[in-house]
Amino acid sequence: MASDMSAASLEELRQIIDAHLHLEGPLLPMLHGIQEAFGHIPAEAHAPIAEALNISRAELHGVISFYHDFREKPAGRHVLKICRAEACQAVGGEALAEATLSKLGLDWHGTTKNGAVTVEPVYCLGLCACAPAAMMDDRVVGRVDTARMDEMLTEAGA
Amino acid sequence: MKIWVPIDSAAKALGADAVTRALAAEAEAQGMDVEIIRNGTRGMIWLEPLVEVEIDGVRHGYGPAEPGDAVGILSGDSAKALGPVEDLDWMKRQTRLTFARVGVIDPLSLAEYEAHGGLAGLRRAAAMSGQQIVDEVKESGLRGRGGAGFPTGIKWQTVHDAEAAQKYIVCNADEGDSGTFADRMIMEGDPFTLIEGMAIAGLGVGATKGYVYLRSEYPDAIRVMRRAVEIARHARVLGADVLGSGRAFDMEIRVGAGAYVCGEETSLLNSLEGKRGVVRAKPPLPALEGFLGRPTVVNNVISLATVPVIFEKGAQAYADFGLGRSRGTVTLQIAGNVARGGLFETAFGISLGEVVNELGDGTATGRPVKAVQVGGPLGAYLPVSKFDAPLGYEELDAEGGLLGHAGLVVFDDSADMLKMARFAMEFCAVESCGKCTPCRIGAVRGVETIDRIAAGDAGAVPLLSDLCETMKEGSLCALGGFTPFPVMSALTHFPDEFTGQKEAAE
Ligand SMILES: Cc1cc2nc3c(=O)[nH]c(=O)nc-3n(C[C@H](O)[C@H](O)[C@H](O)COP(=O)(O)O)c2cc1C
Ligand code: SF4
Ligand code: FES
Repeated sequence: MASDMSAASLEELRQIIDAHLHLEGPLLPMLHGIQEAFGHIPAEAHAPIAEALNISRAELHGVISFYHDFREKPAGRHVLKICRAEACQAVGGEALAEATLSKLGLDWHGTTKNGAVTVEPVYCLGLCACAPAAMMDDRVVGRVDTARMDEMLTEAGA
Repeated sequence: MKIWVPIDSAAKALGADAVTRALAAEAEAQGMDVEIIRNGTRGMIWLEPLVEVEIDGVRHGYGPAEPGDAVGILSGDSAKALGPVEDLDWMKRQTRLTFARVGVIDPLSLAEYEAHGGLAGLRRAAAMSGQQIVDEVKESGLRGRGGAGFPTGIKWQTVHDAEAAQKYIVCNADEGDSGTFADRMIMEGDPFTLIEGMAIAGLGVGATKGYVYLRSEYPDAIRVMRRAVEIARHARVLGADVLGSGRAFDMEIRVGAGAYVCGEETSLLNSLEGKRGVVRAKPPLPALEGFLGRPTVVNNVISLATVPVIFEKGAQAYADFGLGRSRGTVTLQIAGNVARGGLFETAFGISLGEVVNELGDGTATGRPVKAVQVGGPLGAYLPVSKFDAPLGYEELDAEGGLLGHAGLVVFDDSADMLKMARFAMEFCAVESCGKCTPCRIGAVRGVETIDRIAAGDAGAVPLLSDLCETMKEGSLCALGGFTPFPVMSALTHFPDEFTGQKEAAE
């Protein structure tokens, strides 16, 4: 298969795979490691992972597609997760999410045209006593209102 | 001067980092000698960021603090002053056993952990045989806090009795239920408690290896737990010779990948093995054929984190609290539209009404309470008429409710119960592992049927009831099997909202 990946990237990929092989149940940590390094699970990773773990590519694809976290394509520079679950709904989380998506002109999972922000739904961030909640990359925010959301989006360059 | 500012994610989500910076800057500007410690949260989330200052050996609270409050807090003259934290009503009314240290100590200080009773339980357990350890847990009456309430000692006995070269302790830290955050709070605020509990479990059943399956939505908890494991290993709390006992136990933190169903124990084990998180049929029980087909204890974070205090204070001291067959304390999580949300640990048996009206002080909006969803997305919506129900496993079950992981989500009278029922079905459809038809297809049909009802087709109501019956009976796990509880409770208690007339009436 023709590859867009540089030799350096392929080498990095190989190293991440090798670094996890000694674990019991290495696949999820391996996929997390790859996604952290590349922002997604590149197609070029499939063959070497499948080979290293002695599983079929179909099986591997089955695993990657099962989990909401793993992406087959890169996300925007920042990922904004907005909680859709009940405790957030109880204090206007749904309206906040709708307003945010419509302001950005996106659906869930969409990325702003300038590539700054991808918006994902999340079902609970454990911030249910200070809802509605959201998370920009790894940064948590509670009692989010539209003003706070606008601030976060501006900071992220959306 | 000693100052504490919580590092818990809820406190950070409300600006604790900015408050910390402001305090540090102001102290420096005034040439004051202050030590700022980042603690866990006391659980009073409506007061976060809750700054504490030591005055004559007593910790005084200031909250909810903003950066502009730094000057006042440092001079002891602030409108946000709350007095001694331990004297606050919310603190005084609790029985903090599992959460005794959370909010008090620096989460990553093993020395402080020990100074506050930490490791006493593990030391005691290290001198006991495996069977004695299992017996102690049985005597405490501890039941699984992950949702099903299964007696922990009995589960441990099965794993203890199984013959195998390798056994495992797996901690379920997937905490996917809306309205719950006790697992997160203890992992961020007192991680050594969980480590100690897992080590005791390991010594009890003869398992030398443990895993924490921690959801990816909790990056802060992941960081704290990873660091705590390193510290514990360095101090030989973990490793080949646990506290010099000659027995081995070590553990690793593994990160989930955003699937709610992976909180179900067999799905979790598949995920840990690197497979799709599909639910396994039981038997075999995970206790006999769990991780990699080997005997495995799967327990919730709070179940395991409660084990140290049971060994520190004795099984009977723990069992003395509680109601009926629900022994010990329950770590209530009060959330949603509530004036005072947070974590409150108390003996089982407190009534739903007392929690919502007295502790929670009613809704945040000041409007009347309409319903409380207890036990996460698979738990029923209970109306105010059920407020006398005592919070215990059997007691709530008798009222058609589910205690689950003890999260309570409060809704005011503006809540649209048909919409909430629809959401329950939609959530089930999104998160179904796909193994059984009543769940995978039923949930999608459920959404469609509720949409028909909303559009005025009252004839679809019996269809919805039938569909719920099918899901209850034909689902392998509680995702498909319990989604009917929120749906049917909404329908039963708020039938007027399922007539399709709502828009017209308003
Ligand atoms: C769909 C589903 C999700 C679950 N999620 C969790 C969870 O996030 N955390 C948890 O501890 N238990 C969860 N459980 C319960 C587990 O299957 C299991 O009963 C529990 O981990 C056992 O530990 P315990 O006995 O200490 O409660 C879930 C069950 C189901 C059916
Ligand atoms: S009920 Fe749903 S989630 Fe549970 S095993 Fe069946 S399909 Fe999977
Ligand atoms: S429900 Fe939104 S953070 Fe828990």
